[in-house]
Amino acid sequence: MEVILDVTDLHIEFHDHDKPETVVEDFDLMLEKGEIVGIVGESGSGKSMSALAIAGLLKRHALTKNGRIMFDGHDLLTCDRKILRSYQGDEISIIFQEPMTSLNPVKKIGWQVEESLRIHHKEIDKVTRKKKAIEMMDAVGLREPEKVYDMYPHELSGGMRQRVMIAAAMIAEPRILIADEPTTALDVTIQAQIVELLRKLNKEKGTAIIFISHDLSLIRQLCQRVIVMQSGNIVETGNVEEIFRSPKMSYTRKLIAAIPQIDL
Amino acid sequence: MRYILKKVLSMVLTLFVVSLCVFLAFSLIPGDPVTRMFGTEATPELIAQYREKMGLNDPLLVRYFRWFTSFIQGDMGTSYDYKIPVAGMIAEKIPITLTLAIMSFVVMVLISIPLGIYIAKHENGIMDHIISILNQIIMAIPPFFSGILITFFFGVILRVFKPGGFVSYTKDFGAFIKYLILPAIAIALPKAAMATKLLRGSVIEEAGKDYTRTAYSRGNTTNAVLYRHVLKNAMIPVVTFMGMALADMVAGSIVIEQVFGIPGISRILLSSINNRDYPVVEAIIMGIAIMVLVINLLVDIIYRIIDPRIEVEE
Amino acid sequence: MKRFLSLFRKNKATGKRNSYLILGCIFTGVILLMVFIGLFYMPYSPTKMDASSKLQGFSFKHWMGTDHMGRDVLSRVMYGSRVTLAIAASTIVIGAGLGTIIGALTGYFGGIFDEVSMRVIDAMLAFPSILLSLVFVSLFGTGTYQVAVALGISFVPSFARIVRGEFLRSKNMDYVEVARLQGVSDMRIIFVHILPNTVGVLMSSIMIGFNNAVLAEAGLSFLGIGAQPPYASLGNMLSDAQSYLFNRPSYVISIGVVIVIMVLGFSFLSEGIKRISNY
Repeated sequence: MEVILDVTDLHIEFHDHDKPETVVEDFDLMLEKGEIVGIVGESGSGKSMSALAIAGLLKRHALTKNGRIMFDGHDLLTCDRKILRSYQGDEISIIFQEPMTSLNPVKKIGWQVEESLRIHHKEIDKVTRKKKAIEMMDAVGLREPEKVYDMYPHELSGGMRQRVMIAAAMIAEPRILIADEPTTALDVTIQAQIVELLRKLNKEKGTAIIFISHDLSLIRQLCQRVIVMQSGNIVETGNVEEIFRSPKMSYTRKLIAAIPQIDL
Repeated sequence: MRYILKKVLSMVLTLFVVSLCVFLAFSLIPGDPVTRMFGTEATPELIAQYREKMGLNDPLLVRYFRWFTSFIQGDMGTSYDYKIPVAGMIAEKIPITLTLAIMSFVVMVLISIPLGIYIAKHENGIMDHIISILNQIIMAIPPFFSGILITFFFGVILRVFKPGGFVSYTKDFGAFIKYLILPAIAIALPKAAMATKLLRGSVIEEAGKDYTRTAYSRGNTTNAVLYRHVLKNAMIPVVTFMGMALADMVAGSIVIEQVFGIPGISRILLSSINNRDYPVVEAIIMGIAIMVLVINLLVDIIYRIIDPRIEVEE
Repeated sequence: MKRFLSLFRKNKATGKRNSYLILGCIFTGVILLMVFIGLFYMPYSPTKMDASSKLQGFSFKHWMGTDHMGRDVLSRVMYGSRVTLAIAASTIVIGAGLGTIIGALTGYFGGIFDEVSMRVIDAMLAFPSILLSLVFVSLFGTGTYQVAVALGISFVPSFARIVRGEFLRSKNMDYVEVARLQGVSDMRIIFVHILPNTVGVLMSSIMIGFNNAVLAEAGLSFLGIGAQPPYASLGNMLSDAQSYLFNRPSYVISIGVVIVIMVLGFSFLSEGIKRISNY
């Protein structure tokens, strides 16, 4: 298979306190085309930081980053901002944990869904753009997309907002979608629907997904491969089912034990 | 639409309360208007005759409604001192005061919005520190003193401004506007300082919110995030402040008109306060009240346009 | 005392100095010292005219020069600051006093009285403050005492608003419920139980209010409807001095600077006090 993203030796260090604080150490990740990789770990394990680094969203101040994030022949950590921006939203998209605050409260849904197209594909005219946005909104399961197009975020529920976020992230048909705890803020039934939607998009559009969660059972439903992280380090990596069957680290066993056993 | 209707209704209600308060206050102060009108010439017969003629013997509420309805129709009573209709006295002065207030507003917007955005973008930079110190000082200078300082600087040192050289708008509109620029700056400065400070804080706060991260993740440049995403959100508290500031400027121009010798409503208001010419005072206060309420209504409407969440919260 | 002095030193943890507090104390100190000395001693009588020394500049004889009637400006500033501060203080006493009573009663009891008075207060607050004080001045007439009362009343709504909010918040709190169950009278609950808890909020609005009162008084007397000559306040003097901007600019500017120092002093002081907890 073709490797589309190659992260090696990623180090991230914070400097906003007296002592530098290492939040990610020796992070490696190879992502193949169309693959779904899970990253699991407790809060503070560095999984979200790694995701933000790949998406090019780490602030430039108060931290140092080392290592390489190779995408399309460029190192996203050191390349020109312009090159990084040309990938953001077009080739690499991200959705976040908080759909309530991740959308701009004073802009219409349609405007926000279309944004990546407007930035990266200026050749697409307004009418086509709207048509594409509505198609995408329909594909992510938003009912009456024409109506939602003219609505504002506060008029939608949390689950609907996350679907909007996904539609906005997928509109330019990126090669990589990073989903940073996309279901944590939602209730259980909606969680399942969002996971199902991500699986469907992966299958239909061939988008590779990096799925980040603290919940191993969600990862098991969605991913083939998983990376287990603890306090900034990768402690275990491999096939999800294998890890479930024989976890090598006690930390992984703890994460497995934390899964509520209902679906017996 | 329902929102605007509600705001209009609430404005009418407030206007009603204000007019009732103003009317009652000026009716209940000791002193008989007729005696006041004729001074020492007042004989008991004359007083009785005029009291009847002016309807002063009717119950208070009847008099209020008569006064209010005629006020709405443009009849604002007769000046005690000049014995001429008040409406005519203030009609030609209102455009001067209103122009001054609007110009001050424009100056405030022109200074504070670019400056607020600039220092928010360069947070903790040298300009940020200099401007925050300047802001503190400017906010402590009362407009009448900054007016004097401006007169001194432009009139005495630079000699580009001739104090007292006011030209009426009917004579030469260009010269009229030109004369009002410095007074407008004097009124605008402290408000501009506050608005700059507010906008800076608001932009910085909004820039830290999650949706800006989303905007960056779609490949927006820093400027695009600022102008397409952050600014509209950051303007919400600033619009409220600027509405209040415009209302203040209408009243604040009273003092500045004195400093720069501008014959707006200030002179009539002050002389009628000193001479207790109540119909004039009443009319000017009601006039300013109506302006203030209309400004508030406009702010509410603008607010509704930039912040779609309003209707839900109400 | 030691703890008090430590407020002015650099904070050990942050390495920052509370410069607002320091500057506020210096500015306010200068003004208060000048007014205090003026109570016992002034270089000249503030009303004594001297036709032979009109509009003189700064000198050892007249530190701040003389005005258009040959009066000593420093003595007049000492007197005028006293008038301005006295009017501002009584404005706050009236405004905060009446405002607290109205806010406490309406907030605690609610009902129709609350509805009506809040309508009136909202209408008053919609008005620019200078206009509000002009309305009351025109009702009471011009003059030192009238202006103090007029300003005081125009400050009532904002205080009433703030105190009412505090009472609305407090009246359903546990300690109030307990007091009520114990049969404590409403008046005692209002003034002995709840009021002390609003002191923090009240104090900071008094600081801001005092500043606004100084500005309002200066504005009104600048317009000629405040303290009446010859016992002028700073605003009157500024208005007089403006006529001599071309002959003796230092006159008008020095008086303006005194007003600015007064206002800056109080605003720095309140900002500094607010920041004590942060440093």
